[in-house]
Amino acid sequence: MDKQLNTLTAHELIEEIKANRVSSEEIDACLRKTLKEINPKVNAYVRVEGSSSTEKPLNPQGIPVSIKDNICTEGYATECCSRILSGFAPAYSATVINKIKEKGHSFFNLKTNMDEFAFGSSTENSFFGVTHNPWNLDCVPGGSSGGSAAAVASNEAIWALGSDTGGSIRQPASFCGVVGLKPTYGRVSRYGLIAFASSLDQIGPITKDVTDSALLMNIIAGYDPNDSTSVNIEVPDYTKALTGSVKGLKVGIPKEYFVEGLDPQVDSAVKEAINTLKKLGAEFKEVSLAHTEFAVPVYYIIATAEASSNLARFDGVQYGFRSKDLNLIDMYKKTRGEGFGDEAKRRIVLGTFALSHGYYDAYYLRALKVRTLIKKDFDTLFKELDCILTPTSPTAAFKIGEKASDPLKMYLSDIYTISANLAGIPGISLPCGFTKEGLPIGLQILAKHFNEEKILSLAFAYEQNRDWKERKPVINLT
Amino acid sequence: MIDKKTVEYVANLARIDLKEKELERLSGQLIDILGFIDKLKKVNVDNVSPTSHAIEVNSVLRDDVTKVSLPIGKALFNAPSKNNNSFIVPKVIE
Repeated sequence: MDKQLNTLTAHELIEEIKANRVSSEEIDACLRKTLKEINPKVNAYVRVEGSSSTEKPLNPQGIPVSIKDNICTEGYATECCSRILSGFAPAYSATVINKIKEKGHSFFNLKTNMDEFAFGSSTENSFFGVTHNPWNLDCVPGGSSGGSAAAVASNEAIWALGSDTGGSIRQPASFCGVVGLKPTYGRVSRYGLIAFASSLDQIGPITKDVTDSALLMNIIAGYDPNDSTSVNIEVPDYTKALTGSVKGLKVGIPKEYFVEGLDPQVDSAVKEAINTLKKLGAEFKEVSLAHTEFAVPVYYIIATAEASSNLARFDGVQYGFRSKDLNLIDMYKKTRGEGFGDEAKRRIVLGTFALSHGYYDAYYLRALKVRTLIKKDFDTLFKELDCILTPTSPTAAFKIGEKASDPLKMYLSDIYTISANLAGIPGISLPCGFTKEGLPIGLQILAKHFNEEKILSLAFAYEQNRDWKERKPVINLT
Repeated sequence: MIDKKTVEYVANLARIDLKEKELERLSGQLIDILGFIDKLKKVNVDNVSPTSHAIEVNSVLRDDVTKVSLPIGKALFNAPSKNNNSFIVPKVIE
Protein backbone atom coordinates (compact mmCIF):
# COMPACT_ATOMS: atom_id res chain seq x y z
CA MET A 1 0.00 0.00 0.00
CA ASP A 2 1.52 3.31 -0.99
CA LYS A 3 -1.16 5.30 0.84
CA GLN A 4 -1.54 5.31 4.61
CA LEU A 5 -4.51 3.10 5.56
CA ASN A 6 -6.06 5.72 7.81
CA THR A 7 -6.36 8.18 4.92
CA LEU A 8 -8.58 5.82 2.91
CA THR A 9 -12.37 5.79 2.94
CA ALA A 10 -14.34 2.83 4.29
CA HIS A 11 -15.42 1.77 0.79
CA GLU A 12 -11.81 1.75 -0.38
CA LEU A 13 -10.74 -0.27 2.66
CA ILE A 14 -13.59 -2.75 2.22
CA GLU A 15 -12.18 -3.50 -1.25
CA GLU A 16 -8.68 -3.87 0.19
CA ILE A 17 -9.93 -6.32 2.82
CA LYS A 18 -11.88 -8.31 0.21
CA ALA A 19 -8.70 -8.61 -1.87
CA ASN A 20 -6.81 -9.79 1.23
CA ARG A 21 -4.39 -6.92 0.94
CA VAL A 22 -5.26 -5.42 4.31
CA SER A 23 -6.57 -6.70 7.65
CA SER A 24 -8.83 -5.04 10.21
CA GLU A 25 -5.99 -5.32 12.75
CA GLU A 26 -3.74 -3.28 10.48
CA ILE A 27 -6.37 -0.57 10.07
CA ASP A 28 -6.95 -0.48 13.83
CA ALA A 29 -3.22 -0.28 14.52
CA CYS A 30 -2.79 2.49 11.95
CA LEU A 31 -5.61 4.52 13.56
CA ARG A 32 -4.09 4.12 17.02
CA LYS A 33 -0.66 5.19 15.79
CA THR A 34 -2.10 8.30 14.10
CA LEU A 35 -4.22 9.09 17.12
CA LYS A 36 -1.19 8.96 19.41
CA GLU A 37 0.48 11.68 17.32
CA ILE A 38 -2.51 13.84 16.54
CA ASN A 39 -4.88 13.54 19.48
CA PRO A 40 -2.74 15.65 21.85
CA LYS A 41 -3.26 18.53 19.36
CA VAL A 42 -6.86 17.90 18.28
CA ASN A 43 -8.45 16.16 21.31
CA ALA A 44 -11.02 14.38 19.14
CA TYR A 45 -11.00 11.31 21.39
CA VAL A 46 -11.55 11.34 25.16
CA ARG A 47 -10.10 9.21 27.95
CA VAL A 48 -7.12 8.28 25.78
CA GLU A 49 -4.71 8.22 28.72
CA GLY A 50 -5.52 5.92 31.61
CA SER A 51 -8.69 4.39 30.14
CA SER A 52 -11.11 3.16 32.79
CA SER A 53 -10.50 -0.33 34.16
CA THR A 54 -13.60 -1.70 32.45
CA GLU A 55 -12.14 -1.14 28.99
CA LYS A 56 -10.60 -4.21 27.46
CA PRO A 57 -8.86 -4.32 24.09
CA LEU A 58 -11.27 -5.08 21.27
CA ASN A 59 -10.85 -7.56 18.48
CA PRO A 60 -11.19 -5.33 15.40
CA GLN A 61 -13.56 -6.52 12.68
CA GLY A 62 -14.28 -4.99 9.30
CA ILE A 63 -13.82 -1.22 9.33
CA PRO A 64 -13.84 0.16 12.89
CA VAL A 65 -16.48 2.85 13.49
CA SER A 66 -15.67 5.68 15.90
CA ILE A 67 -18.50 6.42 18.31
CA LYS A 68 -19.67 9.62 20.01
CA ASP A 69 -19.54 9.49 23.80
CA ASN A 70 -23.37 9.55 24.17
CA ILE A 71 -23.96 6.21 22.39
CA CYS A 72 -23.95 3.25 24.78
CA THR A 73 -21.26 0.61 24.31
CA GLU A 74 -21.68 -2.29 26.75
CA GLY A 75 -18.88 -2.46 29.29
CA TYR A 76 -17.04 0.54 27.79
CA ALA A 77 -17.11 4.00 29.29
CA THR A 78 -19.93 6.20 27.92
CA GLU A 79 -19.96 9.48 29.81
CA CYS A 80 -21.58 12.08 27.51
CA CYS A 81 -18.41 14.06 28.30
CA SER A 82 -20.03 15.02 31.60
CA ARG A 83 -18.72 14.81 35.14
CA ILE A 84 -22.11 13.51 36.30
CA LEU A 85 -21.65 10.29 34.30
CA SER A 86 -18.03 9.75 35.30
CA GLY A 87 -17.14 6.08 35.35
CA PHE A 88 -20.40 5.00 33.67
CA ALA A 89 -20.10 1.75 31.69
CA PRO A 90 -23.49 0.78 30.19
CA ALA A 91 -25.11 -2.58 30.90
CA TYR A 92 -26.16 -2.88 27.25
CA SER A 93 -25.17 -1.55 23.82
CA ALA A 94 -27.16 0.79 21.61
CA THR A 95 -28.99 -0.85 18.70
CA VAL A 96 -26.65 0.90 16.22
CA ILE A 97 -23.67 -0.78 17.93
CA ASN A 98 -25.31 -4.20 17.63
CA LYS A 99 -26.08 -3.51 13.96
CA ILE A 100 -22.46 -2.54 13.30
CA LYS A 101 -21.39 -5.89 14.80
CA GLU A 102 -24.04 -7.86 12.90
CA LYS A 103 -22.75 -6.41 9.62
CA GLY A 104 -19.22 -7.58 10.40
CA HIS A 105 -17.66 -4.38 11.74
CA SER A 106 -16.55 -3.33 15.19
CA PHE A 107 -16.63 -0.07 17.05
CA PHE A 108 -13.37 1.69 17.82
CA ASN A 109 -13.05 1.46 21.57
CA LEU A 110 -12.11 5.06 22.22
CA LYS A 111 -15.09 7.43 22.21
CA THR A 112 -15.22 10.83 20.54
CA ASN A 113 -15.48 14.19 22.27
CA MET A 114 -18.72 16.20 22.38
CA ASP A 115 -20.41 19.05 24.16
CA GLU A 116 -21.69 17.74 27.50
CA PHE A 117 -24.95 15.85 26.80
CA ALA A 118 -24.76 17.28 23.23
CA PHE A 119 -25.53 20.77 24.59
CA GLY A 120 -23.57 23.06 22.31
CA SER A 121 -22.35 24.01 18.87
CA SER A 122 -18.58 24.08 19.44
CA THR A 123 -17.51 21.11 21.64
CA GLU A 124 -16.32 23.73 24.14
CA ASN A 125 -18.77 22.41 26.75
CA SER A 126 -16.99 19.08 27.18
CA PHE A 127 -15.79 17.99 30.64
CA PHE A 128 -12.68 16.75 28.78
CA GLY A 129 -11.79 20.09 27.19
CA VAL A 130 -12.38 21.51 23.73
CA THR A 131 -11.68 19.67 20.47
CA HIS A 132 -9.56 21.69 18.04
CA ASN A 133 -10.49 22.06 14.38
CA PRO A 134 -7.92 20.12 12.29
CA TRP A 135 -7.97 22.90 9.64
CA ASN A 136 -6.98 25.53 12.19
CA LEU A 137 -6.25 24.48 15.75
CA ASP A 138 -7.37 27.88 17.08
CA CYS A 139 -10.89 27.26 15.78
CA VAL A 140 -13.72 25.11 17.11
CA PRO A 141 -14.70 21.94 15.22
CA GLY A 142 -18.39 22.78 15.62
CA GLY A 143 -20.63 20.71 17.80
CA SER A 144 -21.95 18.85 19.45
CA SER A 145 -20.41 15.92 17.50
CA GLY A 146 -17.16 17.90 17.15
CA GLY A 147 -14.98 14.95 18.20
CA SER A 148 -16.41 12.61 15.55
CA ALA A 149 -16.11 15.26 12.80
CA ALA A 150 -12.55 16.24 13.78
CA ALA A 151 -11.49 12.58 14.05
CA VAL A 152 -12.72 11.87 10.51
CA ALA A 153 -11.17 15.09 9.13
CA SER A 154 -7.77 14.40 10.73
CA ASN A 155 -7.72 10.73 9.60
CA GLU A 156 -7.92 9.56 13.22
CA ALA A 157 -11.11 7.75 12.24
CA ILE A 158 -12.22 6.01 9.04
CA TRP A 159 -15.88 6.75 9.71
CA ALA A 160 -17.88 7.73 12.74
CA LEU A 161 -21.29 8.10 14.32
CA GLY A 162 -22.64 11.32 15.73
CA SER A 163 -26.04 12.45 16.95
CA ASP A 164 -28.04 15.43 15.69
CA THR A 165 -30.70 17.23 17.74
CA GLY A 166 -30.46 20.69 16.16
CA GLY A 167 -27.52 20.34 13.76
CA SER A 168 -24.98 18.42 15.85
CA ILE A 169 -23.91 16.19 12.95
CA ARG A 170 -24.24 18.64 10.06
CA GLN A 171 -22.69 21.79 11.58
CA PRO A 172 -19.46 20.07 12.77
CA ALA A 173 -19.27 18.20 9.44
CA SER A 174 -19.45 21.62 7.75
CA PHE A 175 -16.76 23.15 10.01
CA CYS A 176 -14.42 20.16 9.55
CA GLY A 177 -14.91 19.64 5.79
CA VAL A 178 -16.47 16.16 6.01
CA VAL A 179 -19.86 14.62 5.19
CA GLY A 180 -22.52 14.42 7.92
CA LEU A 181 -26.02 13.00 7.48
CA LYS A 182 -28.95 13.41 9.86
CA PRO A 183 -31.49 10.75 8.90
CA THR A 184 -35.28 11.16 9.06
CA TYR A 185 -36.62 11.00 12.61
CA GLY A 186 -37.43 7.32 13.19
CA ARG A 187 -35.12 5.97 10.45
CA VAL A 188 -32.34 4.97 12.89
CA SER A 189 -33.06 3.52 16.33
CA ARG A 190 -32.36 5.80 19.28
CA TYR A 191 -32.21 2.85 21.70
CA GLY A 192 -29.02 3.30 23.70
CA LEU A 193 -28.49 6.92 22.64
CA ILE A 194 -28.45 8.85 25.90
CA ALA A 195 -31.45 11.12 25.39
CA PHE A 196 -31.19 14.90 25.00
CA ALA A 197 -34.49 15.86 23.30
CA SER A 198 -36.37 12.69 22.43
CA SER A 199 -38.59 14.19 19.72
CA LEU A 200 -35.57 15.62 17.84
CA ASP A 201 -32.57 13.29 18.41
CA GLN A 202 -31.25 11.10 15.57
CA ILE A 203 -28.01 9.13 15.20
CA GLY A 204 -26.24 9.45 11.85
CA PRO A 205 -22.97 8.94 9.95
CA ILE A 206 -19.99 11.32 9.73
CA THR A 207 -17.75 10.20 6.88
CA LYS A 208 -15.04 11.24 4.43
CA ASP A 209 -17.36 11.05 1.43
CA VAL A 210 -20.95 10.50 0.32
CA THR A 211 -20.42 6.83 -0.60
CA ASP A 212 -19.35 6.03 2.97
CA SER A 213 -22.39 7.91 4.24
CA ALA A 214 -24.66 5.65 2.16
CA LEU A 215 -22.78 2.54 3.29
CA LEU A 216 -23.02 3.44 6.98
CA MET A 217 -26.74 4.21 6.54
CA ASN A 218 -27.19 0.69 5.12
CA ILE A 219 -25.70 -0.61 8.36
CA ILE A 220 -27.52 1.50 10.98
CA ALA A 221 -30.97 2.21 9.50
CA GLY A 222 -34.05 0.15 10.26
CA TYR A 223 -36.91 -0.61 12.61
CA ASP A 224 -36.15 -1.52 16.20
CA PRO A 225 -38.79 -2.90 18.59
CA ASN A 226 -36.77 -1.31 21.42
CA ASP A 227 -37.47 2.22 20.08
CA SER A 228 -41.20 2.89 19.84
CA THR A 229 -40.53 5.92 17.62
CA SER A 230 -38.51 3.98 15.07
CA VAL A 231 -40.52 3.51 11.89
CA ASN A 232 -41.21 0.11 10.39
CA ILE A 233 -40.66 0.72 6.69
CA GLU A 234 -38.22 -1.05 4.45
CA VAL A 235 -34.62 0.15 4.31
CA PRO A 236 -33.44 0.67 0.72
CA ASP A 237 -29.89 0.00 -0.43
CA TYR A 238 -28.68 3.61 -0.17
CA THR A 239 -25.68 3.00 -2.42
CA LYS A 240 -28.15 2.54 -5.33
CA ALA A 241 -28.88 6.26 -5.10
CA LEU A 242 -25.27 7.06 -6.02
CA THR A 243 -25.79 7.22 -9.76
CA GLY A 244 -24.35 10.64 -10.52
CA SER A 245 -27.50 11.60 -12.39
CA VAL A 246 -29.57 14.52 -11.13
CA LYS A 247 -31.31 15.47 -14.35
CA GLY A 248 -34.76 16.90 -13.69
CA LEU A 249 -34.37 16.85 -9.89
CA LYS A 250 -36.34 19.82 -8.53
CA VAL A 251 -34.44 21.80 -5.92
CA GLY A 252 -35.66 24.78 -3.87
CA ILE A 253 -33.52 27.65 -2.57
CA PRO A 254 -35.25 29.23 0.45
CA LYS A 255 -34.80 33.00 0.33
CA GLU A 256 -34.95 33.28 4.15
CA TYR A 257 -31.61 31.47 4.37
CA PHE A 258 -29.74 34.04 2.29
CA VAL A 259 -30.11 37.08 4.49
CA GLU A 260 -28.10 39.31 6.82
CA GLY A 261 -25.70 37.32 8.98
CA LEU A 262 -24.68 34.99 6.15
CA ASP A 263 -20.93 35.29 5.52
CA PRO A 264 -20.37 36.49 1.91
CA GLN A 265 -17.77 33.75 1.35
CA VAL A 266 -20.29 31.08 2.40
CA ASP A 267 -22.94 32.72 0.24
CA SER A 268 -20.76 32.64 -2.88
CA ALA A 269 -19.56 29.05 -2.29
CA VAL A 270 -23.17 27.86 -2.03
CA LYS A 271 -24.17 29.81 -5.14
CA GLU A 272 -21.28 28.24 -7.02
CA ALA A 273 -22.50 24.81 -5.92
CA ILE A 274 -25.94 25.69 -7.30
CA ASN A 275 -24.31 26.53 -10.66
CA THR A 276 -22.44 23.21 -10.70
CA LEU A 277 -25.65 21.29 -10.06
CA LYS A 278 -27.54 23.38 -12.64
CA LYS A 279 -24.99 22.35 -15.26
CA LEU A 280 -25.64 18.72 -14.28
CA GLY A 281 -29.33 19.14 -15.03
CA ALA A 282 -30.91 19.84 -11.63
CA GLU A 283 -33.68 22.43 -11.76
CA PHE A 284 -33.57 25.28 -9.24
CA LYS A 285 -36.27 27.56 -7.98
CA GLU A 286 -36.42 30.24 -5.28
CA VAL A 287 -38.87 29.26 -2.53
CA SER A 288 -39.98 30.55 0.85
CA LEU A 289 -39.90 28.97 4.29
CA ALA A 290 -41.79 31.77 5.96
CA HIS A 291 -41.38 30.70 9.60
CA THR A 292 -37.59 30.26 9.45
CA GLU A 293 -36.86 33.09 11.88
CA PHE A 294 -38.86 31.32 14.59
CA ALA A 295 -36.99 28.00 14.38
CA VAL A 296 -34.26 28.91 16.89
CA PRO A 297 -36.61 30.20 19.61
CA VAL A 298 -38.99 27.23 19.11
CA TYR A 299 -36.06 24.86 19.36
CA TYR A 300 -34.65 26.35 22.54
CA ILE A 301 -38.00 25.89 24.28
CA ILE A 302 -38.79 22.38 23.03
CA ALA A 303 -35.25 20.98 23.23
CA THR A 304 -34.60 22.36 26.72
CA ALA A 305 -38.03 21.27 27.99
CA GLU A 306 -37.40 17.72 26.81
CA ALA A 307 -33.84 17.83 28.13
CA SER A 308 -34.95 18.98 31.58
CA SER A 309 -37.18 15.92 31.78
CA ASN A 310 -34.65 13.46 30.29
CA LEU A 311 -31.84 14.65 32.55
CA ALA A 312 -33.89 14.19 35.72
CA ARG A 313 -32.49 10.65 35.87
CA PHE A 314 -29.03 11.92 36.75
CA ASP A 315 -29.44 12.15 40.50
CA GLY A 316 -26.44 10.32 41.93
CA VAL A 317 -28.35 7.15 42.75
CA GLN A 318 -28.01 4.65 39.91
CA TYR A 319 -24.80 5.67 38.16
CA GLY A 320 -22.05 8.20 37.84
CA PHE A 321 -20.95 10.92 40.21
CA ARG A 322 -22.50 11.43 43.66
CA SER A 323 -21.81 14.33 45.98
CA LYS A 324 -21.88 13.75 49.70
CA ASP A 325 -24.72 14.86 51.89
CA LEU A 326 -26.67 13.58 54.85
CA ASN A 327 -30.06 14.39 53.39
CA LEU A 328 -31.53 12.91 50.19
CA ILE A 329 -32.83 16.10 48.57
CA ASP A 330 -29.59 17.95 49.29
CA MET A 331 -27.64 15.00 47.88
CA TYR A 332 -29.63 15.35 44.61
CA LYS A 333 -29.10 19.10 44.48
CA LYS A 334 -25.38 19.00 45.25
CA THR A 335 -24.78 16.08 42.87
CA ARG A 336 -26.50 17.95 40.03
CA GLY A 337 -24.98 21.32 40.96
CA GLU A 338 -21.45 19.88 40.95
CA GLY A 339 -21.93 17.22 38.26
CA PHE A 340 -23.43 19.32 35.44
CA GLY A 341 -21.50 22.00 33.56
CA ASP A 342 -22.77 25.56 32.96
CA GLU A 343 -24.60 24.91 29.67
CA ALA A 344 -26.36 21.82 31.06
CA LYS A 345 -27.56 23.81 34.07
CA ARG A 346 -28.68 26.66 31.82
CA ARG A 347 -30.72 24.35 29.61
CA ILE A 348 -32.25 22.35 32.47
CA VAL A 349 -33.33 25.53 34.26
CA LEU A 350 -34.70 27.07 31.02
CA GLY A 351 -36.58 23.87 30.17
CA THR A 352 -37.97 23.50 33.68
CA PHE A 353 -39.13 27.11 33.52
CA ALA A 354 -40.87 26.57 30.15
CA LEU A 355 -42.74 23.58 31.57
CA SER A 356 -43.57 25.10 34.95
CA HIS A 357 -46.99 26.14 36.16
CA GLY A 358 -48.00 29.54 34.81
CA TYR A 359 -45.52 29.50 31.91
CA TYR A 360 -46.42 26.24 30.14
CA ASP A 361 -49.00 27.74 27.77
CA ALA A 362 -47.05 30.89 27.02
CA TYR A 363 -43.80 29.09 26.20
CA TYR A 364 -43.98 25.32 25.73
CA LEU A 365 -47.43 24.99 24.17
CA ARG A 366 -46.88 28.04 21.96
CA ALA A 367 -43.55 26.59 20.76
CA LEU A 368 -45.24 23.30 19.84
CA LYS A 369 -47.78 25.25 17.77
CA VAL A 370 -45.14 27.24 15.92
CA ARG A 371 -43.37 23.93 15.32
CA THR A 372 -46.50 22.84 13.42
CA LEU A 373 -46.20 25.94 11.19
CA ILE A 374 -42.50 25.30 10.50
CA LYS A 375 -43.27 21.69 9.58
CA LYS A 376 -46.17 22.78 7.33
CA ASP A 377 -43.86 25.13 5.39
CA PHE A 378 -41.71 22.10 4.48
CA ASP A 379 -44.71 19.83 3.77
CA THR A 380 -46.06 22.39 1.30
CA LEU A 381 -42.73 22.80 -0.52
CA PHE A 382 -42.06 19.07 -0.75
CA LYS A 383 -45.31 18.59 -2.65
CA GLU A 384 -43.45 19.93 -5.67
CA LEU A 385 -39.77 19.75 -4.74
CA ASP A 386 -37.33 16.86 -4.37
CA CYS A 387 -34.75 18.71 -2.28
CA ILE A 388 -33.99 22.03 -0.59
CA LEU A 389 -30.48 23.42 -0.74
CA THR A 390 -28.99 25.85 1.80
CA PRO A 391 -25.73 26.73 3.55
CA THR A 392 -25.18 24.43 6.57
CA SER A 393 -24.05 27.25 8.84
CA PRO A 394 -23.94 31.04 8.30
CA THR A 395 -20.14 31.06 8.79
CA ALA A 396 -17.12 28.80 8.65
CA ALA A 397 -15.58 27.62 11.95
CA PHE A 398 -15.24 30.38 14.54
CA LYS A 399 -12.42 30.89 17.02
CA ILE A 400 -12.29 28.96 20.31
CA GLY A 401 -13.73 31.27 22.98
CA GLU A 402 -15.35 33.63 20.47
CA LYS A 403 -18.94 32.75 21.39
CA ALA A 404 -18.38 30.87 24.64
CA SER A 405 -19.55 33.66 26.93
CA ASP A 406 -22.66 34.54 24.92
CA PRO A 407 -25.07 31.57 24.81
CA LEU A 408 -27.53 33.37 22.53
CA LYS A 409 -24.85 34.07 19.90
CA MET A 410 -23.83 30.41 20.06
CA TYR A 411 -27.44 29.27 19.60
CA LEU A 412 -27.70 31.31 16.39
CA SER A 413 -24.92 29.30 14.72
CA ASP A 414 -27.51 26.50 14.30
CA ILE A 415 -30.00 28.75 12.52
CA TYR A 416 -29.97 26.75 9.24
CA THR A 417 -29.92 23.24 10.72
CA ILE A 418 -32.56 23.39 13.47
CA SER A 419 -35.65 23.39 11.23
CA ALA A 420 -34.90 19.91 9.88
CA ASN A 421 -35.05 18.47 13.40
CA LEU A 422 -38.29 20.31 14.18
CA ALA A 423 -39.83 18.96 10.95
CA GLY A 424 -38.23 15.50 11.36
CA ILE A 425 -36.77 15.57 7.84
CA PRO A 426 -33.35 14.26 6.74
CA GLY A 427 -30.41 16.53 5.89
CA ILE A 428 -26.78 16.25 4.84
CA SER A 429 -23.82 18.58 4.99
CA LEU A 430 -20.96 18.16 2.52
CA PRO A 431 -17.97 20.36 1.64
CA CYS A 432 -18.56 22.99 -1.06
CA GLY A 433 -15.44 25.11 -0.81
CA PHE A 434 -13.03 26.92 1.46
CA THR A 435 -12.76 30.43 2.82
CA LYS A 436 -9.70 32.47 1.92
CA GLU A 437 -8.47 31.63 5.44
CA GLY A 438 -8.55 27.96 4.41
CA LEU A 439 -11.55 26.84 6.44
CA PRO A 440 -14.13 24.45 4.95
CA ILE A 441 -17.63 25.61 3.95
CA GLY A 442 -20.62 23.27 4.11
CA LEU A 443 -23.57 22.79 1.77
CA GLN A 444 -26.81 21.47 3.27
CA ILE A 445 -29.34 19.39 1.32
CA LEU A 446 -32.74 18.58 2.83
CA ALA A 447 -35.52 16.31 1.57
CA LYS A 448 -38.86 15.06 2.77
CA HIS A 449 -39.31 12.26 5.30
CA PHE A 450 -37.57 9.00 4.30
CA ASN A 451 -36.09 10.54 1.14
CA GLU A 452 -32.45 10.13 2.14
CA GLU A 453 -31.85 8.63 -1.31
CA LYS A 454 -32.62 11.93 -3.06
CA ILE A 455 -30.22 13.75 -0.74
CA LEU A 456 -27.47 11.19 -1.33
CA SER A 457 -28.06 11.27 -5.06
CA LEU A 458 -27.70 15.07 -5.29
CA ALA A 459 -24.76 15.10 -2.86
CA PHE A 460 -22.94 12.34 -4.75
CA ALA A 461 -23.37 14.04 -8.13
CA TYR A 462 -21.98 17.27 -6.70
CA GLU A 463 -19.07 15.50 -4.98
CA GLN A 464 -18.11 13.72 -8.21
CA ASN A 465 -17.87 17.02 -10.04
CA ARG A 466 -15.77 18.89 -7.49
CA ASP A 467 -12.55 17.78 -5.86
CA TRP A 468 -13.00 19.29 -2.39
CA LYS A 469 -12.61 15.92 -0.73
CA GLU A 470 -9.04 15.66 -2.05
CA ARG A 471 -8.03 18.61 0.10
CA LYS A 472 -6.82 17.53 3.55
CA PRO A 473 -5.84 19.52 6.65
CA VAL A 474 -2.17 19.70 7.57
CA ILE A 475 -1.74 19.53 11.32
CA ASN A 476 1.34 21.10 12.80
CA LEU A 477 2.65 18.50 15.24
CA THR A 478 5.49 20.54 16.71
CA MET B 1 -40.93 37.48 32.88
CA ILE B 2 -38.07 35.74 34.58
CA ASP B 3 -36.05 37.24 37.44
CA LYS B 4 -33.50 36.03 39.95
CA LYS B 5 -36.18 34.83 42.35
CA THR B 6 -37.89 32.77 39.64
CA VAL B 7 -34.56 31.25 38.57
CA GLU B 8 -33.88 30.26 42.19
CA TYR B 9 -37.35 28.72 42.44
CA VAL B 10 -37.02 26.82 39.13
CA ALA B 11 -33.48 25.59 39.97
CA ASN B 12 -34.92 24.14 43.17
CA LEU B 13 -37.67 22.39 41.18
CA ALA B 14 -34.94 20.97 38.92
CA ARG B 15 -32.93 19.96 42.03
CA ILE B 16 -29.85 21.93 41.04
CA ASP B 17 -27.82 23.66 43.69
CA LEU B 18 -26.59 27.00 42.31
CA LYS B 19 -23.96 29.13 43.99
CA GLU B 20 -24.81 32.83 44.42
CA LYS B 21 -22.48 33.87 41.57
CA GLU B 22 -23.93 31.21 39.25
CA LEU B 23 -27.44 32.33 40.09
CA GLU B 24 -26.58 35.94 39.22
CA ARG B 25 -24.99 35.01 35.89
CA LEU B 26 -27.67 32.51 34.91
CA SER B 27 -30.48 34.96 35.68
CA GLY B 28 -28.93 37.58 33.39
CA GLN B 29 -28.45 35.05 30.58
CA LEU B 30 -31.98 33.67 30.89
CA ILE B 31 -33.43 37.19 30.74
CA ASP B 32 -31.59 37.68 27.40
CA ILE B 33 -32.57 34.26 26.04
CA LEU B 34 -36.23 34.61 26.98
CA GLY B 35 -36.23 38.13 25.54
CA PHE B 36 -35.18 36.58 22.23
CA ILE B 37 -37.71 33.74 22.57
CA ASP B 38 -40.46 36.32 23.10
CA LYS B 39 -40.49 36.87 19.33
CA LEU B 40 -42.74 33.79 19.23
CA LYS B 41 -45.49 36.05 20.58
CA LYS B 42 -45.61 37.67 17.12
CA VAL B 43 -46.82 34.44 15.52
CA ASN B 44 -50.54 33.90 15.13
CA VAL B 45 -51.20 30.42 16.48
CA ASP B 46 -54.99 30.57 16.61
CA ASN B 47 -56.45 27.24 15.49
CA VAL B 48 -52.99 25.70 15.12
CA SER B 49 -52.60 22.34 16.81
CA PRO B 50 -49.35 21.53 18.63
CA THR B 51 -46.76 19.13 17.17
CA SER B 52 -44.98 17.01 19.73
CA HIS B 53 -43.65 14.51 17.17
CA ALA B 54 -42.75 15.30 13.58
CA ILE B 55 -43.56 11.78 12.41
CA GLU B 56 -46.92 10.37 13.32
CA VAL B 57 -46.29 7.76 15.97
CA ASN B 58 -48.88 5.30 17.16
CA SER B 59 -48.69 3.57 20.48
CA VAL B 60 -46.76 0.39 19.97
CA LEU B 61 -47.56 -2.62 22.12
CA ARG B 62 -45.15 -5.50 22.34
CA ASP B 63 -46.33 -9.08 22.64
CA ASP B 64 -47.29 -9.93 26.20
CA VAL B 65 -44.51 -12.42 26.80
CA THR B 66 -41.97 -12.53 29.58
CA LYS B 67 -38.50 -11.42 28.59
CA VAL B 68 -35.23 -11.64 30.45
CA SER B 69 -34.59 -8.55 32.59
CA LEU B 70 -31.28 -6.96 33.42
CA PRO B 71 -29.60 -9.10 36.10
CA ILE B 72 -29.32 -7.35 39.48
CA GLY B 73 -25.53 -7.40 39.40
CA LYS B 74 -25.46 -5.57 36.05
CA ALA B 75 -28.13 -3.07 37.11
CA LEU B 76 -26.14 -2.22 40.23
CA PHE B 77 -22.74 -2.23 38.56
CA ASN B 78 -22.57 1.55 38.12
CA ALA B 79 -24.15 2.58 41.43
CA PRO B 80 -22.06 4.95 43.52
CA SER B 81 -23.35 3.21 46.65
CA LYS B 82 -24.97 -0.23 46.84
CA ASN B 83 -25.21 -3.48 48.77
CA ASN B 84 -25.97 -6.95 47.39
CA ASN B 85 -29.31 -6.18 45.85
CA SER B 86 -30.14 -2.51 46.31
CA PHE B 87 -29.06 1.05 45.68
CA ILE B 88 -28.12 2.87 48.87
CA VAL B 89 -29.29 6.46 49.35
CA PRO B 90 -29.08 8.80 52.33
CA LYS B 91 -31.65 8.13 55.04
CA VAL B 92 -35.09 9.39 53.97
CA ILE B 93 -37.15 8.83 57.14
CA GLU B 94 -35.84 9.84 60.55
